[in-house]
Amino acid sequence: MKNFKTIILSNQEISPGYFRMRILVPGISQQVRPGQFLMFRVQLSLPPLLRRPFGIFQTGFLEPDCDGLPPKEFLEMVYKVVGSGTKMMSELHGGDRVEILGPLGRGFDTDVPGQEKILIGGGIGLVPLYLLADELLQKNHHVRLLMGGRTRQDIIAVTEFERLGVETYVSTEDGSLGEEGLITQVLERKLTKFPDAAVYACGPMPMLEAVQRICAGHKVPLQVSLEALMACGVGACLGCVVKGAGHSEATPSYLCTCKAGPVFKAEQLDWQQMQQSDGYCEGCKS
Amino acid sequence: MSGTRTNTSLRPNLAVEVAGIAMKNPVMPASGTFGYGEEYAPFLDLNNLGAIVTKGLSLKPKAGNPTPRIAETTSGMLNAIGLQNVGIDVFIKHKMPFLRETNTPVIANFFGNTLDEYGEVARRLSEIPELAGVELNISCPNVKQGGIVFGTDPQAAHQVVRVVREQLDKPLIVKLTPNVTDITVIARAVEEAGADAISCINTLTGMSIDVRTRKPKIANRTGGLSGPAIRPIAVRLVHQVVQAVKVPVVGVGGIMCADDALEFLIVGASAVQVGTANFIDPTAMQTIIDGLENFCVAHNISDIRQLIGSLEL
Repeated sequence: MKNFKTIILSNQEISPGYFRMRILVPGISQQVRPGQFLMFRVQLSLPPLLRRPFGIFQTGFLEPDCDGLPPKEFLEMVYKVVGSGTKMMSELHGGDRVEILGPLGRGFDTDVPGQEKILIGGGIGLVPLYLLADELLQKNHHVRLLMGGRTRQDIIAVTEFERLGVETYVSTEDGSLGEEGLITQVLERKLTKFPDAAVYACGPMPMLEAVQRICAGHKVPLQVSLEALMACGVGACLGCVVKGAGHSEATPSYLCTCKAGPVFKAEQLDWQQMQQSDGYCEGCKS
Repeated sequence: MSGTRTNTSLRPNLAVEVAGIAMKNPVMPASGTFGYGEEYAPFLDLNNLGAIVTKGLSLKPKAGNPTPRIAETTSGMLNAIGLQNVGIDVFIKHKMPFLRETNTPVIANFFGNTLDEYGEVARRLSEIPELAGVELNISCPNVKQGGIVFGTDPQAAHQVVRVVREQLDKPLIVKLTPNVTDITVIARAVEEAGADAISCINTLTGMSIDVRTRKPKIANRTGGLSGPAIRPIAVRLVHQVVQAVKVPVVGVGGIMCADDALEFLIVGASAVQVGTANFIDPTAMQTIIDGLENFCVAHNISDIRQLIGSLEL
């Protein structure tokens, strides 16, 4: 966990509205746990004022140049342009200076018993699942990715999961790619077939709520990665809290998404009153 | 940058004293933006700060407001956290041991729901020998009790400071709200009731709407506005309070860099608090401290106290 100024290596549009940014990160790529995030400062002057939280998609080393220097470490974020902050990000180029704080938060627990692992991502929610898939495969699990989106444009980076050796299933709401309908239908079928699977999910709140209901019905363990409005990312501002299991007026329980999460075990959360407004993922919407 | 100069004898004196609390420099965090210190220890040497001001404490733990609690506005942010805190027992047991390890004065910010509760928390805080002082919050705009009702009425402000003063044998800083017609009336009332110093300002009540849903962007409807957007207002209010009272004033409001801090010192603040900037850059206070030192060197100022109240009119 570190705050540092660095430079962008590349920033490319990979699908309409979706960008993939590669940043130089000396000395931290090896510390990143699947599911962790970073706070990204769009530019070193104002505005926007606050940093934005982004999931870490991938880390790695660049092939060494012929300059005799050691291989350069990088990490990648994949983000969707949804507001003014992400619009500004999309206009940055290789060589531009940025400031990042990370890696932050609690990532996925990959030591869940059982061979079958089902990852389910909705749209940009796919981002934290790549490093997770990689780690699960290294631990000899069988990994399936269920990827849902509104249209084919929202289906990103699936071929990269396939290259890792992940079995992938795609659905779109308009039927423009893969099966027509919601990805949660596919989850229902897979869990009937693999009743001992463990599930990992990231995506919009209605999808996560459906995933939670399905997993609870099949009695399989579930971990979810949440997004939230966030100012600091380190547990100080208390702006990003979610209601924990057992929350009530008399015994309130709020958990910081940045510190206790962003990955939670489903049983840690109060699914009856998730109470996220429409703009809940404003953190990356603005 | 401090530490990079070779001739240390030329280093200016940055030390100040506020309400009898000796500080290495005039820079401390604003309550509620720095947790209980430990959250920022990975990024910043807490020993380099003038003081550490904790998140506002109450007698019992407090859960805070529903979400969403924050929204970004132009050069500012609205928050309605609702004074979520661990409560005084957990603070003493689990947060003080960490804070005790630093050699920086610790100031506990606190509030109560009733007059009695304010007195009770003050009494409990008096029992913590390592606390250098306390900051009394009578200015939170986001909860009905525990704040602004006491901070917007001179009689109520006087009364609560009196009650706290009776229970407390430590330096007492009182934090004022800008959401009043005349801040100097409140400032004089708390000074008369026994405040050793005044910090101002707390956040300005604001509102922001999501035009698509037509709902307020934060669940509490209104929230406190902080960040660089409010700095000129804060500088003006600190200027007014400094004229109105004899006790030292701690300037707070939208400080992002050393020049911003200097504005407050020049109008007469004895020290400053940095708030929202901590969220944006966890190393902000160190950068500001280094910047103050550089400013003094560049302008041949041997002691930063020469700048305090040096406003030319």
